Amino acid sequence: MIIGVLNEALPGETRVAATPTTVEKLIELGYGVVIEPGAGAESSFSDDSYVAAGASIGDAATADIIFGINAPSAAQLDRLREGTTVISLVSPAINPDLVADLARRRITALAMDAVPRISRAQSLDVLSSMANIAGYRAVIEAANAFGRFFTGQITAAGKVPPAKVLVAGVGVAGLAAIGTAGGMGAIVYATDPRPEVADQVVSLGGKYLEVAAADVEVSSTGYAKEMSDDYNARAAALYATWAPEIDILITTALIPGRAAPILITAEMVASMKRGSVIVDMAAANGGNVEGTVKGEVVVTANGVTIIGYTDLPGRLAAQASQLFSTNLVNLMKLMTPGKDGVLVIEWEDVVQRGITVARDGEVTWPPPAVQVSAAPTQSVAEKVIDEAPVKVPMSTARRFTYVGIGAAILLLLVAASPPSFRVHLTVFFLAIVIGNYVIGSVHHALHTPLMSVTNAISGIIVVGALLQIGHGNTAITVLAFVAVLVASINVFGGFAVTRRMLSMFSRS
Amino acid sequence: MSIESLAQAAFLVAALLFILALAGLSKHETAKAGNTYGIAGMAVALVATIALAIDRNIESLGLILIGVAMVLGAAIGLWRARVVEMTGMPELIAILHSFVGLAAVLVGWNGYLLVEGGGSPEEIALLTAEGTLGIHSVEVFVGVFIGAVTFTGSIVAYGKLSGRLKSNPLVLPGKNALNIGALVVFAVLTVWFVIDPALWLLIVVTIVALALGWHLVASIGGGDMPVVVSMLNSYSGWAAAAAGFLLGNDLLIVTGALVGSSGAYLSYIMCKAMNRSFISVIAGGFGIEAGPGEDKDYGDHREVSAIETAELLRNAQSVIITPGYGMAVAQAQYGVAELTRKLRENGTTVRFGIHPVAGRLPGHMNVLLAEAKVPYDIVLEMDEINDDFADTDVVLVIGANDTVNPAAETDPGSPIAGMPVLRVWNANDVIVFKRSMASGYAGVQNPLFFNENSAMLFGDAKDRVDDIVRAL
Repeated sequence: MIIGVLNEALPGETRVAATPTTVEKLIELGYGVVIEPGAGAESSFSDDSYVAAGASIGDAATADIIFGINAPSAAQLDRLREGTTVISLVSPAINPDLVADLARRRITALAMDAVPRISRAQSLDVLSSMANIAGYRAVIEAANAFGRFFTGQITAAGKVPPAKVLVAGVGVAGLAAIGTAGGMGAIVYATDPRPEVADQVVSLGGKYLEVAAADVEVSSTGYAKEMSDDYNARAAALYATWAPEIDILITTALIPGRAAPILITAEMVASMKRGSVIVDMAAANGGNVEGTVKGEVVVTANGVTIIGYTDLPGRLAAQASQLFSTNLVNLMKLMTPGKDGVLVIEWEDVVQRGITVARDGEVTWPPPAVQVSAAPTQSVAEKVIDEAPVKVPMSTARRFTYVGIGAAILLLLVAASPPSFRVHLTVFFLAIVIGNYVIGSVHHALHTPLMSVTNAISGIIVVGALLQIGHGNTAITVLAFVAVLVASINVFGGFAVTRRMLSMFSRS
Repeated sequence: MSIESLAQAAFLVAALLFILALAGLSKHETAKAGNTYGIAGMAVALVATIALAIDRNIESLGLILIGVAMVLGAAIGLWRARVVEMTGMPELIAILHSFVGLAAVLVGWNGYLLVEGGGSPEEIALLTAEGTLGIHSVEVFVGVFIGAVTFTGSIVAYGKLSGRLKSNPLVLPGKNALNIGALVVFAVLTVWFVIDPALWLLIVVTIVALALGWHLVASIGGGDMPVVVSMLNSYSGWAAAAAGFLLGNDLLIVTGALVGSSGAYLSYIMCKAMNRSFISVIAGGFGIEAGPGEDKDYGDHREVSAIETAELLRNAQSVIITPGYGMAVAQAQYGVAELTRKLRENGTTVRFGIHPVAGRLPGHMNVLLAEAKVPYDIVLEMDEINDDFADTDVVLVIGANDTVNPAAETDPGSPIAGMPVLRVWNANDVIVFKRSMASGYAGVQNPLFFNENSAMLFGDAKDRVDDIVRAL
């Protein structure tokens, strides 16, 4: 089958749904790839580089499968054949008309933004990969608008305090922002209704600010949901306290399919220091900050810059294209079981079912609910785990008792034995003690040579056989001969192989 | 000063040289000297013994036989030592153990023929006078028993290690009862033999011991082989010591005790590294009961190509390689050494983390890496390196599985719970070289493979490592 990559129709879209690297991988899966002229230009991928990777340049609309960042425009859809598969962002919850239109045209539509949040589908999740880029870019935009260093320094020209950054909402974007801001030297605080993210914040070097609330949320879909009024009041108090303290505020609170909640009121913005920067990553859905203008940068009366860009991933076009198109390749790997260039939609698979929003002229969205969560489920918590029996160290009294009993038995045994045997026993026990001390200090790397050398010296048993051989008794001589033979193999072989091994060990 | 007393003095010198040999092996710097001490000790002992044999009027035929046997044995031994592959070291050591066991059985039988069998009336008179005839009978039995167990046990171990026998544990019904039964039979027969030293009793005990040795090792699986080999090493020592008691020779007793305690100590280390008791290893059958909880969804694993791995390595500051038995099987150590050299030239810190039970012999991985000229000072033990994973960019897990399984620390219900493992998952990226998604020796699924920072590089370890070296 042929995969076509269209020029993005949405104004301002800089990304492209395939890069030369992913084209190679698609061809490995058995597909042919057609790219529209100039599709990758804004992501710094020339037509030549696509051709070098094996794609052809031409009219992509006739392809069997269409890749896009955004869904094709109505004009582009008119050019597609019936039965074509379109794979792109669709936002079926916000764009029911688009989904209905796709179904009417008998186009199979796979929405990359409808991938269920289960660990198996992580490699397909464009929302995560785009959010990661957006979080990074949000910090860069903030730094650009902020008139100071992020990192604290002591210079000949005086002391520079580090910037304080607060990240509201610790999703993928929030975590990326925490990591980036921390990496630039800022002091980073973060808050989120889900207490389970506290560890993740700390792992990236941030400080987690907890909203002391009665209803702790355990998310069952992997996304945050709307909080109760009580919680919101406490959270607002937290933001009000911190607003005058911080230099940079990055808000990421988005609830799928709804207007973004207002976290930061106009009064809080007014309480912030002159020169502070707010990046409202929820601007596309109305914003988390009162006063955000979608797609614009505004400066308030008290000198606070509010950045409302909605195209943060597109501002890192090459990187965003690379990650998005790799997500698409991973999807194609999943849906091309034969690696033969034939797309197969496995209807029973929750991932493939979940992203298919239109098929055979029917709207197939929303899919049946899948219960998945990153938080531990109740059943795991209730599961009784058998504790492995803990070894209790022997008490001193008990140890003395055992040693005493052992000593007594040995005493009786040795006392009862004849004198010549007693001498041998003495030698035997002392040798064991020496052996333990000598061996105990052997370096772990030399265990194999140790083994082969002890093997060689245990061939000392040859001494016994040597003294038995050749004293007139044929049977004894034959047995002793065999014993000398095999023990000699041991002696010579053991030492020789030890020598060989030891000569291999060398220092750098 | 008679030859007799000179020989006794020489035996003492030899015993001390053996102790020096083992002490020398404790450090890399002195290891070669240690081996030389061992050879010197052995030479002293052999010369003294042959002198003693001549002094005791050995027939000239006997002397010729000694010469023939020793030359033949030396030729075979040196030849095997020269041609053995380092990956085949476990087999060689196992088969050498069996020779000590066989020699112990033969010496024990000769002891019987000489005394209880009536071969040497003077000897009988001497022992009767000392009142140690009964003790002699016990010594014969103990020597033959330990020797025979070592003999067949080592042969089965050799078969399993060389792939001639299946490495799955053999499970006979009531296997523990069989083992204990054999010991009880041995004890009863020993008492009987002291009272009535008949030849058939010796034959029966030899057969029982041979069967016990075979069963003991047959019922232990391949991954427990480090314990088995060191256990057999220990047995071969005790067999030599038993022969020493039998012959009244202190050199044999000392040497046997040294070797015996050395093997026991190594077994102890191996058992500790698996968090299992010696008894449970010997009782065998590990990994059979694994299975419950396996329907758990671990999520999806991520695949990575050799080219991408090379890219990752090129950008890494520090790399740790944790090899396992799979590296030995694939003979990948040369490629790994080449990779190490390249990365180090590139300024990357490369180190190796060795789990105590990696491979089929204690220290097996070290020998393989040394063979491929990996400097030994970058090859570290688990305890030395375990805290460093958190500061490491990339970990390459080559043919290891259970020894890097986080379930040992996190899942108290896991069959390997509590076993100390290499904490590779703390590194930024973990690349796992593996043939397929099959579980390891313990039959336990490894959650490491499904971690977000892990990626699987499927295929033959040697080919994949070579691919990476080429890509670099």
